Amino acid sequence: MERLPNWADLVLVPLVSLLMAAIIAGVIIKILGESPVAAFKLMASGALGTQEGVGYTLYYATNFIFTGLAVAVAYHAGLFNIGAEGQAYIGGLGTGLVCLWLGESPFWVVLPLAVLAGAVSGAAWAFIPAYLQAKRGSHIVITTIMFNYIASAVLIFLLVDVLRPDGQMDPATANFPEATTLPTLNQIPVFNLFFTSKVPANVTLLIALAAAFGVWALLWRTRLGYSIRAFGKSEDAARYAGINPFKITMIAMLLSGALAGMMAINNVMGEAGRLLQNSASGAGFIGIAVALMGRNHPLGVVLAAILFGFLFQGGAELGMWTKIPIEMRVVVQGLVILFTGALDVMVRMMLTRIFAAFRGSKTAKGAV
Amino acid sequence: MDYATLLQLLDTTIRLATPLLFACLAGLYSERAGIFDIGLEGKMLMAAMASASVAYLTGSVWMGVLAGIGASLILAGIHGIASITFRGNQLISGVALNFVASGITVLVAQRLFGQGGRTPPLEGDARFAPITLPFAEALRDVPILGPLYYEVISGHPFLVYLGFATVPLTWWVLYRTRFGLRLRAVGENPAAVDTAGISVVGLRFAAVAITGVLCGLAGAYMATALQAGFGREMTAGRGYIALAALIFAKWRPVAALWACLLFGFFQALALRPDVVEGVLQFKVPVTFLDALPYVLTVLVLAGFVGKAIPPRAGGEPYVKER
Amino acid sequence: MAQGGYAIELRGISKAFGPVQANRDISVAVPKGTIHGIIGENGAGKSTLMSILYGFYRADSGEILINGTPTTIPDSQSAIRAGIGMVFQHFKLVQNFTVLENVILGAEEGAMLARSLSKARKVLGDLSREYELDVDPDAVIEDLSVGHQQRVEILKALYRQADILILDEPTGVLTPAEADHLFRILRGLRDQGKTVILITHKLREIMETTDNVSVMRRGTMVGTVKTAQTSPEELAELMVGRKVLLEVEKAPPTVGRTVLSVENLSVTDEHGVIRLKGVSFDIKAGEILGIAGVAGNGQSELLEALGGIARATGRVTLNGAELPLSGAGADGRSRRAAGIAHVPEDRQHLGLIMDFTAWENVAFGYHDAPEYQKNALFMDNDALRADTARKMERFDVRPPIPSLPAKSFSGGNQQKIVVAREIERHPDLLLIGQPTRGVDIGAIEFIHKQIVALRDAGKAILLVSVELDEIRSLSDRIAVMFDGRIMGFRDPETTDERE
Repeated sequence: MERLPNWADLVLVPLVSLLMAAIIAGVIIKILGESPVAAFKLMASGALGTQEGVGYTLYYATNFIFTGLAVAVAYHAGLFNIGAEGQAYIGGLGTGLVCLWLGESPFWVVLPLAVLAGAVSGAAWAFIPAYLQAKRGSHIVITTIMFNYIASAVLIFLLVDVLRPDGQMDPATANFPEATTLPTLNQIPVFNLFFTSKVPANVTLLIALAAAFGVWALLWRTRLGYSIRAFGKSEDAARYAGINPFKITMIAMLLSGALAGMMAINNVMGEAGRLLQNSASGAGFIGIAVALMGRNHPLGVVLAAILFGFLFQGGAELGMWTKIPIEMRVVVQGLVILFTGALDVMVRMMLTRIFAAFRGSKTAKGAV
Repeated sequence: MDYATLLQLLDTTIRLATPLLFACLAGLYSERAGIFDIGLEGKMLMAAMASASVAYLTGSVWMGVLAGIGASLILAGIHGIASITFRGNQLISGVALNFVASGITVLVAQRLFGQGGRTPPLEGDARFAPITLPFAEALRDVPILGPLYYEVISGHPFLVYLGFATVPLTWWVLYRTRFGLRLRAVGENPAAVDTAGISVVGLRFAAVAITGVLCGLAGAYMATALQAGFGREMTAGRGYIALAALIFAKWRPVAALWACLLFGFFQALALRPDVVEGVLQFKVPVTFLDALPYVLTVLVLAGFVGKAIPPRAGGEPYVKER
Repeated sequence: MAQGGYAIELRGISKAFGPVQANRDISVAVPKGTIHGIIGENGAGKSTLMSILYGFYRADSGEILINGTPTTIPDSQSAIRAGIGMVFQHFKLVQNFTVLENVILGAEEGAMLARSLSKARKVLGDLSREYELDVDPDAVIEDLSVGHQQRVEILKALYRQADILILDEPTGVLTPAEADHLFRILRGLRDQGKTVILITHKLREIMETTDNVSVMRRGTMVGTVKTAQTSPEELAELMVGRKVLLEVEKAPPTVGRTVLSVENLSVTDEHGVIRLKGVSFDIKAGEILGIAGVAGNGQSELLEALGGIARATGRVTLNGAELPLSGAGADGRSRRAAGIAHVPEDRQHLGLIMDFTAWENVAFGYHDAPEYQKNALFMDNDALRADTARKMERFDVRPPIPSLPAKSFSGGNQQKIVVAREIERHPDLLLIGQPTRGVDIGAIEFIHKQIVALRDAGKAILLVSVELDEIRSLSDRIAVMFDGRIMGFRDPETTDERE
């Protein structure tokens, strides 16, 4: 069989997958009795047309960069981490506790500690599935699913029975002290040229971009990254090369959990200002779509995260101004995962045929 | 805890175990044929929505059940095309379809009824009525067994009995029929099936279709028997608990029954924290009971409670080799 | 012979996979009631031809006649209906099924199992008595020995009333005793009027068991002869296509001090089977020790234990220092640090990451080597690429493009990348398994020269190969392995295939 050119495989396959998801979404919108074009215009103006819209798009994108990177790092080690959601919950717990306990301390003390606490807590939640995979061969997909539910139960228990202040009805912690408020983009030089009023996107975006760069450097420029990628391609070959499977599985999963946990800086510390139930709101799962769409490359993850930030914010606008429920964005998310992750062979086969036909017609013309 | 409370708990256990049982057996067919399916949840949800909607619109619960099965089969078909025809990643396909189902059920229900993604409450023939088994009334006064029969065993909707009957049926199909032999073989070594001149693709699609039908029944039961209508995310992770039960049962039908009853019992307990506190003499957080099935499954996966060996060819697309 | 005409006639069969012509215009006729050998080197197209006959592939052109009737075989079901049974090299058995269940799979009587099972039990009883095929019908496959599993495969075919039985490399995994038993069974089948096709690359089996033999070379049928009227020499010549066997020019060895000393080395696999049973030997500097023997007799485990992949017990010293055989320090990385390089038997599975580029593969196992580091934190990918370009030039890897993924190179060029990576480290000891498997003639000679050059540079080499010619022409000493033990040491000049 003919092979696709490399660039087509890298760029065209995700784009065509996205296009197919978009077409199906358009059909659904049509069936719902709305105009797909108008819906898209509304999404675009809602997500990109105003400062506030862009602010939200970037805020969501920040979450998705973290979870997308989390899924991608594990993927390079050959591990499918469906547990980013639970890791983000527990990361939120770590970050939240630091904010509650040390919130009165100076900002430059709290932020690094909050980042660290989010990362360590997220990693801790990935530890048991990682260990069971590495030592006992328990399928990490199933254990991480289970750990998502366990995380959610743990969090509900803590919020209802332990951390909820007296007299408060909703299961949440008290508000964090003022001092924990993160600078939003309108308070940060350069960004404040565009953002003149308060937006939810905050300094965490810069941390997320730094994390993306860090992941890239780690995977493609260090010995550890080389070992992770080699192990992910072939465990037996990695063993031949003297790469320790246990160590790599643990490191990759802990790193993955840490990245997912760091998301808490954005949503818990940056946006909510207190720890809520369901704080990750599905970002851990969107990370799967983001990683698949971004071909597990940090640059791709950042771009896909922005795209999904756009979908998320645009979808919210649709929910607000049209009869299209906000759940539309969950459908799109599912379709993107389906086409990029499970039907990728179909997309590739289609493209290969088109390429072959194109080449065929070219050579035929050349012959004439 | 008195006897009446226990009977009540057991009654609730059976009601709550039924959807788990349908979904668990659904997963059993698929995974025994070598196709992993973490999309049980999505198929249940689709079926719940479709069955509630059609039951409401037609006023017939049976039409509802058919619609539920149909909706579930559509997702099963997509999963089959992705993982059998195009040899895609079965786990990712399952995750994707769960999301699609989670969103699209709300979209459709909202479009049909405009009640915030719910269906209107089902009444009368649009819902399954409880069936009183023969002599239940008459035997009610027999000490101990009479109330057990009347309260726990009798008085459930039809689908509950169907669900429990599916267990011996599945056992029989799996271990006593040609289809079952081939199904188990294709999940262990598809090459053996292929060289014996049997279509691997056909068998696997058949298995996935059965999964679709049973998930359809699970969802229909949720919306038309356990509850009276569809609400967003109403399956609430039951598809994953069923998956957990399947692993807990080590992919065996009779063990699946016990696993689902156990997990159903936990769910029943979570509804009655007062009973738990009364028995144990200390307060157990409800969330702990919610999390128990997942914790137990992790212990099984870790090999602390027996070793769960999944079907050998599970998750691997079959590629013919020389 | 051939009173009943031909069981199988193939006329002008051709089959291509993309640009590779696996079978080219093949015609052969197999008389009924005979054992017919098909012999050829690896990759000669034997398996493809038989897969066409069994309906796994469709021929691009050509005709198949079964018992004189033109027959199309679009799938395995049709092949079975035509009376063809196939015993694959890798058994197609369901491991956790019983023998009975495996036998009836696909040949059930009706929708219920009970009838099929009782019928199969009876038929199996008859078949076992008739053909020395005794297997416990209720045994679970995974508990059976390889030889017994193979009998189940034969029973499967006979249960389907196969008149024509094809066996693909049936003895590769058998002990000599098991192989002898198999041949007795096959002769029994022939005497009952069945037709047997035996695919192999072993001359001895052909000479001992077949009535006729067809020789294949590079996708074509070179000829068919009566076994009684030919000789191993003639067949070998037909197979290889030239008279000379590959001879390597090498000077007599200049042997130095002992580099590797192995005492009582044993390996137990994950199923608890002892694969290597207390092996002891030395290799001196400037010496090539070749390990000969049927595949699966502990050679792979020997390489893996010394390479740090498999856990082992015993005592191994390299240049006088003891190497840990389990626990910390028993891994590929520590072995490389100690001066052992390892060209694994299966380059695609172990030696290379097929999706990685050539330059990434050149670092494989040596990614922490100081010359590939920019600083404490980062690797120096530029230095790595430059080094790869140099190695590719020296070893004549084509195309010499470091950024190409390993899977884009031919087998020979892939092997050159692995050999270059390992030999260029100038190790004190080189472990090298199947150095020329799936490698074209030109590359074979090149790789052999590199091995000899390393020896002449005063290094120790442990060579494992299933190709006896290769062992004989390269080694200074030969150890014969059987069933996890070394049966003895031989001089390469006097070793023949029987051992």
